[in-house]
Amino acid sequence: MSAAVQSRRDWLLSDRPASRAQARLGRAYVAWRRFTANRLAVVGLLIILALVVVAALADVLAPYSPTIGDLKNARLLAPGAAHWFGTDDLGRDIYSRIVYGSRWTLYVVILVAIIAAPIGLLVGTVAGYAGGWTDAILMRVTDIFLAFPKLVLALAFVAALGPGIENAVIAIAITSWPPYARIARAETLTVRNSDYIKAVQLMGASPFRIVLRHIMPLCISSLIIRVTLDMAGIILTAAGLGFLGLGAQPPLPEWGAMIASGRRFILDQWWVAGAPGGAILIVSLGFNLLGDGLRDALDPRSGDQ
Amino acid sequence: MTSAISVDRLEVIFDRFRALKGVSLDVQPGESFGLVGESGSGKSTLLRAIVGLAPVASGGIAVNGKTLGPRRDKAFYREVQMVFQDPYGSLHPRQTVDRLLQEPLAIHGFADSEKRIERALDEVGLGKGFRFRYAHQLSGGQRQRVAIARALILEPSILLLDEPTSALDASVQAEVLNLLEEVRRRRKLTFLMVSHDLAIITHMCERLMVMQNGGTVENLAASDLVERRVTKDYTRNLLRASDGFVRV
Amino acid sequence: MSALLDVEDLRVTFPTRVGLVEAVRGVSFSLGRERLGIVGESGSGKSQTGRAIMGLTPPQARISAKTLSFDGIDLLAASPRERRALRGNRIAMILQDPKYSLDPVMSIGRQIVETLRTHEKVSKAEARERALAMLEAVQIRDPKRVFDLHPHEVSGGMGQRAMIAMMLIAGPEMMIADEPTSALDVTVQLEVLGILDRLVSQRGMGLIFISHDLRLVSSFCDRVLVMYAGKVVEQLKASELSQAQHPYTRGLLNCMPRIDADRHPLPVLDRKPEWAA
Repeated sequence: MSAAVQSRRDWLLSDRPASRAQARLGRAYVAWRRFTANRLAVVGLLIILALVVVAALADVLAPYSPTIGDLKNARLLAPGAAHWFGTDDLGRDIYSRIVYGSRWTLYVVILVAIIAAPIGLLVGTVAGYAGGWTDAILMRVTDIFLAFPKLVLALAFVAALGPGIENAVIAIAITSWPPYARIARAETLTVRNSDYIKAVQLMGASPFRIVLRHIMPLCISSLIIRVTLDMAGIILTAAGLGFLGLGAQPPLPEWGAMIASGRRFILDQWWVAGAPGGAILIVSLGFNLLGDGLRDALDPRSGDQ
Repeated sequence: MTSAISVDRLEVIFDRFRALKGVSLDVQPGESFGLVGESGSGKSTLLRAIVGLAPVASGGIAVNGKTLGPRRDKAFYREVQMVFQDPYGSLHPRQTVDRLLQEPLAIHGFADSEKRIERALDEVGLGKGFRFRYAHQLSGGQRQRVAIARALILEPSILLLDEPTSALDASVQAEVLNLLEEVRRRRKLTFLMVSHDLAIITHMCERLMVMQNGGTVENLAASDLVERRVTKDYTRNLLRASDGFVRV
Repeated sequence: MSALLDVEDLRVTFPTRVGLVEAVRGVSFSLGRERLGIVGESGSGKSQTGRAIMGLTPPQARISAKTLSFDGIDLLAASPRERRALRGNRIAMILQDPKYSLDPVMSIGRQIVETLRTHEKVSKAEARERALAMLEAVQIRDPKRVFDLHPHEVSGGMGQRAMIAMMLIAGPEMMIADEPTSALDVTVQLEVLGILDRLVSQRGMGLIFISHDLRLVSSFCDRVLVMYAGKVVEQLKASELSQAQHPYTRGLLNCMPRIDADRHPLPVLDRKPEWAA
């Protein structure tokens, strides 16, 4: 048994991979080993996995409906056996709302990452590789976006687009790509004059191909790290918009909106705002720990082991 | 007979710095021509100008009789390839040898890439075992062999070599120089080779040009160096220096 | 001739993912007031030998030796403070690239003055005088101008001369030069070596010259150690290099192209596993 494990490990760590798949898996395995060497990062990963599981199984895990409460008998009950995290002013079970709210948190986080990271990557690598006018124009646009405080800009967008969680996502995505563009550009500038990029140029590759196939892969790991570390901020911005009433609209169980509605009772019924606050805290922490671990595992500068 | 490479009064200017000051040279097909000089002599700049990596201010370059404009087309890169000095910097850090060799084939639309990659690796003495390794899993000499394989896979007729062995140990250098001579003989390649080492140039080339500060010092045949028939003081200094330290 | 440096059974071990790797495996030699060359290819342990003597081995590595003493001082037993006092003052080191060993934000002159003043109590004016004299000694034509320049404003050869000046200002008794001229052009290389040679013999210093270039070392040094895979495979007088016995030394000598020999293909080194044993 352990001999089999040992031989599989040797196969993965081999200096002489015999196939494309083995080379790729070996590389992933080395990164995984570096990642798991950092205990806190594993904790972060477990938190994020737990979030995904909770979101997927919300229907099973939540004992009550997240939107329909028992106004007559269950208003503002303290945490107890029947309602683990208590109930809110409309008699809704807070635990169930948090469980369903995890879906909205994931929704926001994933959509923002899918929209913002590719925009930033594209703008940054194109600006860095092309240089000259293209670079100047793209980076000035980036600077303009960076010059506004993120939340204020997001507020302006939501105000223009109308409140709602989809618009909140779009607003956050629009405000969070500029730092990614900066990172991707800086990374591109360090590699664009390297001999290995020159060598591809001398193969007759088009600029488009060089950026897409040779420069982007080098920027992706620093971008993944940055995006993961930004997740906490994105969750908080989404919560902030929700709190201001510009994000998720009632009765959606979005965590930020829940805090906002619990604010009125914060002194007497602390759990109404405290429970979603705790959830945001834990998930943000999870993303930060994961990001730190990814930095150790994916850092391009330690790519040569 | 048309020259393989013909450079006519070439000037290269980087931000007001004249890196090449009107250099001319002529390399015949199948010939091996050397450029010798110290740092700042412009020898590497000359190679880079030929492949389009340095800004040409004036003068002309012709390859196989065709005058080159400011842009190089795909066909040019199938005729002319280059091997860089630093084997640690010229291979993409996130790509396997397989990917590195696939790329030129994909760009130029070769169909039988499997066979070509295997043949290229065999030719540079690496074999199949190296095909799926990353650059960090190779020694300096092996990396340079991969770089040579990559340059040869498009079957160019002209190979530009920019100090291909200066970052390697002496014993590995001998192996790589032998390999280069072998592929040149087999494929009847034209070499334009840059080095700071007179001994390497005399070993590898039939004719050479000594350069200093972006200009030509003199043109020699390798046999002139062997018999120490040089006319310029600068070349004489270089020759003396290559003998090692002499206590006064 | 009393030995300045005694090294017996020096070992340097690095922990890695796959276990311990011995970079230096039992090196022994002694150095008098002479020029000793250590030659080897990359990975031979020549640089780690120099660093271990200097006390510049990375902290995760382990050093052991039966003897490692400089002028009777046990270097392995010495405290970090004592070793710091030795470094620069009595033992100096020159590295390959002056760009990395000179402080980029301090003028060359100030760096030399600072070095002198950390090792000797001298007035500022006197330190300046001595720094200028030292710059002149390394054949810098206009020492007053170079004194105020920053490292990035000078050429490689000039930087390496400034480095030598800085290293020699405190009057060390032993110098370790690790590839001091490999980053320089051949003609500049010989000038710098000439300066080094003159200063070493004038001051009666011991010099360890570490290089990959067997021919250069043999033309410069009195004695040569040839290292392979962490061990000294051969020790010989520089003048008797042509009578080298070990196949590795002979192979290394043979495989370099020569201007006056027409050998195609070049003889290559056939590495035997027993050399490393």
